Amino acid sequence: MSLLNLTIAGTAQALAAKKFSAVELTAAHNAAIAALNPRLNAYITTTPELALAQAQAADARITAGTAGPLTGIPLAIKDLFCTAGVRTTAASKILEPFVPPYESTVTRQLLEAGTICLGKANLDEFAMGSSNITSGYGPVENPWKRNGSDARLVPGGSSGGSAAAVAARLALGATGTDTGGSIRQPAAFTGLAGIKPTYGRCSRYGIVAFASSLDQAGPMARTVEDCAILLGAMSGFDPHDSTSAERAVPDFGAALGRGVKGLRIGIPAEYRMDGMSGEISALWEKGVAWLREQGAEIVDISLPHTKYGLAVYYIVAPAEASSNLARYDGVRFGARVDGEDLIDMYERTRAAGFGAEVKRRIMIGTYVLSHGYYDAYYLKAQKVRNLILRDFNNAFERVDAILTPTAPSAAFGLGEKMDDPVTMYLNDVFTVPASLAGVPAMSIPAGLSAEGLPLGLQVIGKHFDEETVFAVSAALERAAGFTAMPSVRAE
Amino acid sequence: MSLDSATVRRIAKLARIRVDDAEVGVLQTELNAILGYVDQLNEVNVEGVAPLSGGAQMAMRLREDTVTDGEQAENILANAPDRVGQFFAVPKVVE
Repeated sequence: MSLLNLTIAGTAQALAAKKFSAVELTAAHNAAIAALNPRLNAYITTTPELALAQAQAADARITAGTAGPLTGIPLAIKDLFCTAGVRTTAASKILEPFVPPYESTVTRQLLEAGTICLGKANLDEFAMGSSNITSGYGPVENPWKRNGSDARLVPGGSSGGSAAAVAARLALGATGTDTGGSIRQPAAFTGLAGIKPTYGRCSRYGIVAFASSLDQAGPMARTVEDCAILLGAMSGFDPHDSTSAERAVPDFGAALGRGVKGLRIGIPAEYRMDGMSGEISALWEKGVAWLREQGAEIVDISLPHTKYGLAVYYIVAPAEASSNLARYDGVRFGARVDGEDLIDMYERTRAAGFGAEVKRRIMIGTYVLSHGYYDAYYLKAQKVRNLILRDFNNAFERVDAILTPTAPSAAFGLGEKMDDPVTMYLNDVFTVPASLAGVPAMSIPAGLSAEGLPLGLQVIGKHFDEETVFAVSAALERAAGFTAMPSVRAE
Repeated sequence: MSLDSATVRRIAKLARIRVDDAEVGVLQTELNAILGYVDQLNEVNVEGVAPLSGGAQMAMRLREDTVTDGEQAENILANAPDRVGQFFAVPKVVE
């Protein structure tokens, strides 16, 4: 049997039944990565020896009867999570020499659960992008192809390497992070499920910071159930993160079978944008019909400030980034370029170490926080952000969850949408509002475009009600019966 | 609002990013495109609306003001681009 085309849930059963060992499973993944990664560039750093050592420990746990549902499961770890002793770059040249002396809370919890780290997945530099083309280590190729075409498409971003790795069968699941759509949009572009949980559900400790009031970790996998299993292990209170929520972690898996009978599902009028492609709106209608057939009540709702989400995001996120990225100055860690004096060293280090998109965002952030412009830009954006939160709070008085498309299009070609930064930013129009409000949102693969590319639907839930998000997503997954696979994949 | 090239240079200085003369024009165009896009927020009436600074739906947590970590100089210095003993080394700051 192929060891590469299983779900996490199915693999756990097979490992428990000793159909194969964690070492065999890991060796198969290592070999697949060695064969395909030179083409796809899904991993920046691979850790085959570490993975095998972890697999041996997992096999020992399985034999000893102390294994959990994730023991022996090989994962791709987005290269934004600090991993002790394993280089962590954030896909930036400025962190090329950085080897963290400590482990992020999310990856530490995953290691304690017995997962195996296959390597560090590629991403947009500092998670700033929607296509993985801003990586300092080269773009990632989407394993999916348009019908009859071999053109290279983007996997989405910023968690593009995570998405490509899982879609191409180079990992059973992956960690991602989502600041404005960076889990959901790449999941949609590669036919995967991916959830951004409620802000505060997963600790941010040890995740290279981009925009701290928005950054959230979450899982990406081939099924909704696999995401539920992973999120359970990734979640929980952490005193090392001041915004970590002191809340018990529910059994997300138990919510999958709840069904949607009697649930009220909101359809926001404002997501029906001018110029939206016919196939995206047709898929959305299909999603509505699937939920209605399973007993949900469909409710038309309004989220009036939706159209301002991107503008708020492109003030708030760069502002926070300009502050967070001030630490990369060539003094304490990372790359350094020598200069005539200290200031010159800072300026040369940052000019050489940061890519164009990161520089743009730092400069926008610096400007909107600068004297004389703070009120007009940053404060104004924070107020509109509050109106966006109010929109969701008002809607959730009437509905249990909201259904929208995940992205305005299917995956696009490498080199497309490059005319100006704003064109690229429009990718995140449907995902950014949930990030600004801090509510959980999940993308699930729901169908194929006419060109044969995966399309995703997004389920948005109330704060800390990931269980309803999982229940609705599982219902959509059952109805969609998405079984298509990318043409480039390990067998 | 539209940025002129002097403002682009000033922002770069504040951000501690060296920009060449050739880059200033490109950055000016790109930054103005972004600022032009976010100008649509001027349409929104925010009178009486409080600013929302964070994604967390809770008050900031406090803890006892005690030492919880430390004695890790080697771990901290392990990634230093340059060091002298137990110190980070930088170019001379005081003349």
